[in-house]
Amino acid sequence: MNQKIKQKIAFFILFLSICLVVIPIVLLVIFIGIKGLPAINWEFLTGLPKQGMRAGGIFPAIVGTVYLVIGAVLFSLPIGILSAIYLSEYAKENILTRLIRLAIINLSGVPSIVYGLFGLAFFVIFFNFGTSVLSGSLTLGIMILPIIITATQESLKSVPYAFREVSLSLGATKWQTIKNIVLPNALPGILTGTILGIARAAGETAPILFTVAAFYLPHLPKSIFDQVMALPYHLYVISTQIPGVPDRMRYGTALVLLVMVLSINLIAIILRYQLRKKKRW
Amino acid sequence: MKKLREFIIEKTIFLSGIASILFVLLIFLFLLLNGLSLFKTVNFKDFLLGENWSPVCEPPSFGILPLILGSLFVTLTAAIISIPIGIGSAIYIAEVAPLKIKEFLKAMVETLAAIPSIVLGFIGMVTLVPWIKRIFNLPTGLTALSGAILLSFMALPTIISITEDALYAVPKAYKEAAFAIGATHWQAIHRVILPAAYPGIFAAVMLGMGRVIGETMAVMMVTGNAPLIPKSLLVPVRTLTATIAAEMGETVAGSEHYFSLFAIGIILFIISFIINITAEFFLHRE
Repeated sequence: MNQKIKQKIAFFILFLSICLVVIPIVLLVIFIGIKGLPAINWEFLTGLPKQGMRAGGIFPAIVGTVYLVIGAVLFSLPIGILSAIYLSEYAKENILTRLIRLAIINLSGVPSIVYGLFGLAFFVIFFNFGTSVLSGSLTLGIMILPIIITATQESLKSVPYAFREVSLSLGATKWQTIKNIVLPNALPGILTGTILGIARAAGETAPILFTVAAFYLPHLPKSIFDQVMALPYHLYVISTQIPGVPDRMRYGTALVLLVMVLSINLIAIILRYQLRKKKRW
Repeated sequence: MKKLREFIIEKTIFLSGIASILFVLLIFLFLLLNGLSLFKTVNFKDFLLGENWSPVCEPPSFGILPLILGSLFVTLTAAIISIPIGIGSAIYIAEVAPLKIKEFLKAMVETLAAIPSIVLGFIGMVTLVPWIKRIFNLPTGLTALSGAILLSFMALPTIISITEDALYAVPKAYKEAAFAIGATHWQAIHRVILPAAYPGIFAAVMLGMGRVIGETMAVMMVTGNAPLIPKSLLVPVRTLTATIAAEMGETVAGSEHYFSLFAIGIILFIISFIINITAEFFLHRE
């Protein structure tokens, strides 16, 4: 067969496979949008659930997810940034460094349900935090640690070596150099990584199943030792555990979760795009 | 004073640096502490190869073979669907797509990666499950096939983005050399670029499958969760992950059932460990 025709056929098959990926995504987002939009109103977003979650709003679930995400970031951002600083500025090429890299790779590969088990055994029972915002946040925090470390490390590496040398030659200590020169230049990249971590933490269900999530809790938490409802778990509950929830509410909840996670992601994508455009070196 | 401050800061940074190791060890330790307690009363062979999972019956039985086969069945089917589509898409994005479309396609793949698994599970439940039921004329659409289709979708972003990286990493000179001796673009792709990128593509597939085996919520919502040894793709199955998620809520801390779910956790941890180490080996062989 003519090579040109062969190439045409091959490229057409490749095109078909990307269509199989992209078209379902577009349809999925449109589908949830159309089915979920009618449910969205002020009462749905800011009201408490009523009649065993068959009516009312999803406000406690939204608040719960926001609390969990804030907790997770407060825990993992400092550790993640310092850890990345260690790897990119201090670590020598030795066995310990290799072990740290392997550990990070493994943390990012551990199934989310295993994080749930760990959170249950470690935070809920061993530390006796109970099923609480605290346990859930810490569990999610460990889960997003590899995302933050990897992103931070990359943006630290992209700061030119000459910047460090200039600062050191002016008599600054290593830490002063990192704090005043390297970190500020790496900040946008760190921010992007953090935002991606937030999106991941907001959407995960399995790690919070046994560590924090309340089935039905029509009031807001008062302390970090309280249980909360969370958006992903709420969607799970009303779509599989409770019969007779109106479809409108299920799609509405799915839409709110989807919009929340995708818009957080979009911010990260835009930020990264701006960053690439603006780069001065 | 300045020296002391510098010293304290460096130590703090070092401690944060090794935090990842600490967390991996803690996860493994706490899985072991709880999971191994099961084997005081249950034989390890009966656990791994037992054909009957009925932890709340009297007497209880803790054989996870149906769950292992359930996970394997769903994962392999998902692999068959997602590997060709994923690699094909990655080649299209990396080699064929015009620059403007390329950015759009990459954003779409990233969007797919970001969609929470619970949302995909929900959509699978309300669309895919009824379709499968109707198409194959089954009593229920909650089948291994539904799980596999949904999971193949979830493996795609991992497979596509890592394969893409592997394709970009092939030196430009290889392609130019192929063109210079008169190869068409497609010949250059499948005779030169693909073979050169093979280790990276292999790692991409491994990591994609790791994602599939570990996936919990979506698979739990569409596979029907019957802990039986699967005989075909069109029957309900239950995976290792779904078992933990579905049953932990009903167990009493410290009971045999509770320990058995941690023992399943150990198996999952070891599987993901092996997959990630192997993938890493293929990604950074130099």
